[in-house]
Amino acid sequence: MIELQDYLVLGALLFALGVAGIFINRKNAIVLLMSLELILLSVNINFIGFSHFLQDLAGQVFVFFILTVAAAEAAIGLAILVVLFRNRGTINVGDLDSMKG
Amino acid sequence: MPMPDFSLALPELWVGAMACVILVADLFVPGKDRATSFYLSLFTLAVAAWLTLDTQWDARALTFSDMYVADKLGAVLKVAVYGLTALAFVYARGYLKSRDMLQGEYFVLGLFAVLGMMVMSSAHSLLTAYIGLELLSLCQYVLVAFNRDSRFGSEAAMKYFVLGSLASGMVLYGMSMIYGGAGSLDLAAVARAANADNMLFVFGLVFVLVGVTFKLGAVPFHMWIPDVYEGAPTPVALFIGTAPKVGALALFMRLIYEGLPLLQEHYQLMLAILAVLSLIVGNLFAVVQTNFKRLLGYSTVSHVGFILLGLLAGTDAGNGAALFYTITYALTAAGAFAVIILLSRRGFEADQVADLRGLFQRDSMAAWALLLIMFSMTGVPGTVGFYAKLVVLQAVVDAGLVWLAIIGVLFAVVGAFYYLRVLKAAFFEAPPEGAPALEASGSFRAVLAGNALAVLLLGIFPGALIATCIAAFA
Repeated sequence: MIELQDYLVLGALLFALGVAGIFINRKNAIVLLMSLELILLSVNINFIGFSHFLQDLAGQVFVFFILTVAAAEAAIGLAILVVLFRNRGTINVGDLDSMKG
Repeated sequence: MPMPDFSLALPELWVGAMACVILVADLFVPGKDRATSFYLSLFTLAVAAWLTLDTQWDARALTFSDMYVADKLGAVLKVAVYGLTALAFVYARGYLKSRDMLQGEYFVLGLFAVLGMMVMSSAHSLLTAYIGLELLSLCQYVLVAFNRDSRFGSEAAMKYFVLGSLASGMVLYGMSMIYGGAGSLDLAAVARAANADNMLFVFGLVFVLVGVTFKLGAVPFHMWIPDVYEGAPTPVALFIGTAPKVGALALFMRLIYEGLPLLQEHYQLMLAILAVLSLIVGNLFAVVQTNFKRLLGYSTVSHVGFILLGLLAGTDAGNGAALFYTITYALTAAGAFAVIILLSRRGFEADQVADLRGLFQRDSMAAWALLLIMFSMTGVPGTVGFYAKLVVLQAVVDAGLVWLAIIGVLFAVVGAFYYLRVLKAAFFEAPPEGAPALEASGSFRAVLAGNALAVLLLGIFPGALIATCIAAFA
């Protein structure tokens, strides 16, 4: 039997993985977008787990909204990435340092 | 299932519909000055203000299955957002036009951002709060990258996108915890269920608070502010630095103040730490800046420290003071960015403090406006900044947190140093050799003069606005 805690632990692990991916990654900006998706999807696991064990459908409705927003966010992130590549010729995260102070 | 009462949400429906109309109308109107889109956008905001005051000012009603609330707090927040956005539109037009960037999308994205803030202001469910937050954030990311050929703009947009999405993810994770604890998305049900003994709520509070203070720009979640202010086109920085602060305050009010009232002791301490850090880091880093836009960024961080001081008092007076501070600070910051826009021209952004040299000789009206604005940010008596700081400190002292008030005053004195440095450049240094005459339309100058006068007049007669802000919580 899979308990609620198992879902929460899985969600927390994926969330931590996503956050770590953003802070550790110094190479490729696409990995940042993947990490952001991972964060949003880890929240979905939480919502579905709670929704199932609380017998309340609202959490699953929320998940549909998150999926939609995640799609919009990925579209905008990729668009910004294209603009960035056109202007600078690189998507290396370490090179994003022209503003300091 | 009963039909939802659409009439309560008229302002949102109006702004959403008009944003779509302007998006389409912009395609069919010839000409480069986008006058139709510009005036339609201002008309939309004006009518929205009238609709908001007419339908929501005296209301306290729920609709859309209790996901949307129409009340006085929402009305005050929304009208402030309309005013600040209209100001951002007016200041932006000449700048965008002279750089061939004037497109209807600027106004459409602005209006959709306004819609997001409106939804946040009226949120009565975790879902509506999240949707409003995302609608606002996505529009902001795109606006920062509005100058597609700018290296700095695209870099700032990427940084803002990654950090902003991370903050949204944090809010979302917190919401999932709160949902798990309360078993409902409805914020009234959350408020009834929330208590400090349940770890789910404490976890949720921490994550939501991180996200909200990121949107406000409190230390240690402030890293995006200086880069976005410096990299984004100046009118976009003006917009991002003003109306969305009110939106972030709305999110705090709905999710934390109204949603988790029994956890106040917990978040009071967290807010105190964030406020003190913001005051210290914001003011000290601003001292060493030579770029005026970055300086304004760090100055924003320090002002956010004051806003948090008002919020952590947790009383109606404290919240009213924080709301008053946010609105008047946004008004003042809009004027400061407007001076940068006035000085800049095609190919020259005028974003260094040194570029302000000799402003008094070049354009005395703009120099006096800058004087009032900087005095207000410093907190010189007679300007609105002084009164705003006063009411916040009063609320903090009334809550028994005298040491916080002392820190606030100490760092306001540090702030005086860099604001006066800006004024020294503008009034007592010679203008750069061969500086051309400033080109700005009469309406731009009139709005800037009105903006600076409002800073002065609200400082002398703050009574009506502060009464409105406090009444919003009664």
